Amino acid sequence: MSAMLEVKDLEVAYGKIKAVKGISFDVNEGEVVSLIGTNGAGKTTTLRTISGLLRPTSGSIRFKGKDITTVEAHDIVQLGLAHSPEGRRIFPRLTVEENLYLGAFARKDKGIDADLEAAYELFPILRERRAQPAGTFSGGEQQMLAMGRAMMSRPQLLMLDEPSMGLSPIMMKRIMTTVTTLQQQGTTILLVEQNAQAALKRATKGYVLEVGSIVLSGTGAELLSSDDVRKAYLGED
Amino acid sequence: MSRRILPDSVRATHGPKAPWLALAGGILFLLSGLLSWSYDDRILGDLSIRFYPAGIQLYAMLFGVIGVILAVLLLRRPPWLSPARGLRILGTTGIVFVVWIIASVAYQSGGLINANEGGWVALVGAVLLTLAGHLSPEVDIDVRRWPRLSSTLEIVIIVVLMAILLFTVAYTLDIQDGVIFASFLIALIGLAGGLLGTGFGGYLGFIGANNRRPLLLAAFLVAFLFPFTQDGSDANMSIATQVLIFATTALGLNIVVGLAGLLDLGYIAFLGTGAYVAAMLSSSGFATIGWKPPFVVVMLIGAATAATFGLIIGSPTLRVSGDYLAIVTLGFGEIFRLAMFNLDGNNGPDLTNGPNGIPAIPDLELLGFDFGEVHTVAGIPLGRFSNYYFVLLLLLMFVMLVFTRLNNSRIGRGWVAIREDERAAEAMGVNTFGLKLLAFSVGAFLAGLAGTIKAHQDTSVSPDQYVFLESAFLLSAVVLGGMGTVVGVLVGATILKLLPEKLREVNDYRLLVFGLLLVVMMRFRPEGLVPSKRRQLEFHEEDQELSELLQAEHLQAEHLDPEQLEPEHLQGAK
Repeated sequence: MSAMLEVKDLEVAYGKIKAVKGISFDVNEGEVVSLIGTNGAGKTTTLRTISGLLRPTSGSIRFKGKDITTVEAHDIVQLGLAHSPEGRRIFPRLTVEENLYLGAFARKDKGIDADLEAAYELFPILRERRAQPAGTFSGGEQQMLAMGRAMMSRPQLLMLDEPSMGLSPIMMKRIMTTVTTLQQQGTTILLVEQNAQAALKRATKGYVLEVGSIVLSGTGAELLSSDDVRKAYLGED
Repeated sequence: MSRRILPDSVRATHGPKAPWLALAGGILFLLSGLLSWSYDDRILGDLSIRFYPAGIQLYAMLFGVIGVILAVLLLRRPPWLSPARGLRILGTTGIVFVVWIIASVAYQSGGLINANEGGWVALVGAVLLTLAGHLSPEVDIDVRRWPRLSSTLEIVIIVVLMAILLFTVAYTLDIQDGVIFASFLIALIGLAGGLLGTGFGGYLGFIGANNRRPLLLAAFLVAFLFPFTQDGSDANMSIATQVLIFATTALGLNIVVGLAGLLDLGYIAFLGTGAYVAAMLSSSGFATIGWKPPFVVVMLIGAATAATFGLIIGSPTLRVSGDYLAIVTLGFGEIFRLAMFNLDGNNGPDLTNGPNGIPAIPDLELLGFDFGEVHTVAGIPLGRFSNYYFVLLLLLMFVMLVFTRLNNSRIGRGWVAIREDERAAEAMGVNTFGLKLLAFSVGAFLAGLAGTIKAHQDTSVSPDQYVFLESAFLLSAVVLGGMGTVVGVLVGATILKLLPEKLREVNDYRLLVFGLLLVVMMRFRPEGLVPSKRRQLEFHEEDQELSELLQAEHLQAEHLDPEQLEPEHLQGAK
């Protein structure tokens, strides 16, 4: 069986500066795969390239066996690949519900209302505040909304870009638990994080990125116990 | 939103006197109508006679009547009305009204000495009314809790209001003197604001929102009946057709600017494209193309040509950020004008007759109906401009339909997302480039459509009709009225076209006044006169009250017919 997402020798550059220098990795169905690394390692660039917001200079991206390297961003969403962008990027002046409906923009089927219910089940606070402009939310609530919104496109693969950024430990735990819940419900997840501990604990597989290249890979547990990772990301010596 | 100018201590000690102050103000205003306002009897419809009120003196007395009503309301303190707010609007506008007239008297008759006692008495009255408004306590009103009337009664109210509107408009347009016209407009704002500001306006807006269909129908009925109030005169109808063309074009621009959030500084060129196509294909002796298809075909060709131009300049620029589009459209507008100026046979093909343009475009003839002739319906003659008025009104209805349909569709939601955050919208699967291009070309199409009629109505096209200033005016109509709303743009377009026509006195200073108006607007009401609630939030994000209002409407809308789920409710006076 081929992997759900296959990234091969991906290179992305901003003008002359190469941000991603030929990385390859796979995400299989049902997995939670974590990409970890420091600021500027190329994690966000990788995600943005996969979802079609950036074009690679070389390499290929295959999703469910189909080459999507040059497919337009809005068509990629329709294929079942959702991207919850860095910094959440919720629509601040729209209500929670309008935000969620926009998540389902690419869909034309009749199941949207059912998925709205599912999103409210996942995060009951969203139902409570469905009529509130999303810009009035706290960071954690905005992150919940961003995840709920991404789920509204009913993705097979959900890409989360630093969901724990700027959140309190409690809220971060809540978000990470939801990642596991989503995995159990059958969504494959590609998780980009600076918080290595949280990201690797739940990952079936992990990759460590450093200045545009993958320097380490393995199962979540392996990476967590690896001396290099412990030194570089978990602050132990 | 309460405005507290006076300190709380003053309000506490002098608050109880407010109703009496208001009463005194109202009586002074009433009295002033019986007094002389001007020593000179040749100006402003003769305000020199005592105890025999004419035009402006009658308006002043109306201020008095409303003032007394509000004073009585203030005494009785009904918990569901806020007379204080009405008084503030009435008083402030009253001051503007009186000062305007005193200044006009002084200016026209050569000195302040010619302003007689009536104006000064009224000025004191206006100040008293304002003071009373600021001294009285604010009442928080929620019109949603007012008793609901039966739906028939609500519709009757709408019809009556629309009839009043029709007669007011007809009366207003009949005022020939510019100063009296302006003073009547100011009085109208004050009187309506004074009455509606108490809470009635909000209630009427609420009734309107619950009866959108009848309201729309009544509004169009009024618009259709308007030519019948003119008794065959073309003077006002000519202005009305100009307003309609301007409003239709501005509404098309509002799709581009207000809905999709794209800044187009050369929109007039699309109107010009339609007009030039219609002129070239008309049976004018100066038409440059031998083919003379029926007008319906001409309309489609004109609109399609405009849309094609839209696609051509849109597709390279819409991929990059918005600033480039503004500059490219600005350039396109000028290129269009210069191209029309130069395609005279000396340079390139002879299409436009260069600076002379194409004159002598004949009147339209549709299904045997000659637009140039006077037709008599029910004993009332309807002239040439009335004929164009009707067809333009149909076009305006069509553009309104396109506007609201698009706005309430999936496409409209995509535009909202693009306006809010284009990158995030893209990640959500919104085809940002496609939707922007769609907005741009639909806008161009509609302008082209309007242009084909404009060519026949004006009977000529020439390059100097399509200068940058016209694009700027269109954009101002959109911004002034309220981006993204239909009613707002209609109001904005009417103000911008009607006032310069009626106020010939200030015509030389038209741009100065207009510029001042825009600066004042941007300072005090950047969201426009009739904004959509969402736009309002964009400009007043810190406004908790507004955010809650939006929330309440959203929750209420969940229990209503989805047809009513439009973002811009017809608002009454706030």
